[in-house]
Amino acid sequence: MLQVSIYRYNPETDQQPYMQDFQFDTEGKDLMVLDVLEQLKARDSSVTYRRSCREGVCGSDGLNINGKNGLACITPLSDTVKNNKLVIRPLPGLPVIRDLIVDMSMFYAQYEKIQPYLQNNTPAPAIERLQSPEDRAKLDGLYECILCACCSTSCPSFWWNPDRFIGPAGLLQAYRFLADTRDTATDERLSRLDDPFSVFRCHGIQNCVNVCPKGLNPTRAIGHIRTMLLTRAT
Amino acid sequence: MVTAITSFGRSGTSDWLVQRVSGVILLAYFVFIAAVVVTGVDYAGWKALFGQTWVRVFSLMAVLSLAAHAWIGLWAVVTDYLTERMMGTSGNVLRISAQLVIALILFVYVVWGVQILWGY
Repeated sequence: MLQVSIYRYNPETDQQPYMQDFQFDTEGKDLMVLDVLEQLKARDSSVTYRRSCREGVCGSDGLNINGKNGLACITPLSDTVKNNKLVIRPLPGLPVIRDLIVDMSMFYAQYEKIQPYLQNNTPAPAIERLQSPEDRAKLDGLYECILCACCSTSCPSFWWNPDRFIGPAGLLQAYRFLADTRDTATDERLSRLDDPFSVFRCHGIQNCVNVCPKGLNPTRAIGHIRTMLLTRAT
Repeated sequence: MVTAITSFGRSGTSDWLVQRVSGVILLAYFVFIAAVVVTGVDYAGWKALFGQTWVRVFSLMAVLSLAAHAWIGLWAVVTDYLTERMMGTSGNVLRISAQLVIALILFVYVVWGVQILWGY
């Protein structure tokens, strides 16, 4: 029997959050963590979490699984369970709304700050704005982010300053638009990032790289932004 | 753009560069001092070493680097932990107080360093 321990908190009825233990029979199958949650919810319908696509595309079910952030739907038990224990908590650092559901407002506010849309001040052509295959390749490893927040909520700099440090997810997207040859707002974008918090609160500990379910590397993108800022200002 | 007026150079890029350059200067200085100490030095030798202008200039450079390096590093620490988010309403008062104490100590170190290097 798998020992499952789930963070529970209902602000309407609970004074304090608590951990609830369940015994779970995997019947010898290597289930995904989300499958376990689904079956526990069938047993106790009050267990609350977000989920949608169940295949690592939508980014809804980012959770702290045995101490490491990840998507429940693509984390097999064999990857995470040690000593027969599965501890599931909400993503750290964000306010808990209920059980495993966190309020992502601060995360989205930082994403909004980097203006995550293409800006081009030249007249729109009759067809798409074209890019060479080489220029398009610069966006690989950046555009794939699904905004699950696993990286930003594993980052101590984001825990301490979620209102001032943009965080790895936002910065990965910031670089996605800085690296895009079709975007003409590069200088304005860099000007907004030059302060001591937005980018430079990153101390390169790479927790973000360690947890990204899509295998992306926000630390490298942050390094590129830093190089662009330095090149522009020196 | 986040406004911050207590950081060393107001700009994150500038602080980052100063932190790296001052770190390299401090490393070079400590390697130099360690090499002198390891090879064995008596009072007369030490006095003669610091009688040379280039050693005094190098030492002052290290003292100024230390002040800048410490200001930037400790500023990052206090703006992480001594904040209203972490400490409640007393956070800002504690942080500004800590920054004043740090600034005072670093100022005294710099002036004292100059006095030691050129005062004897």
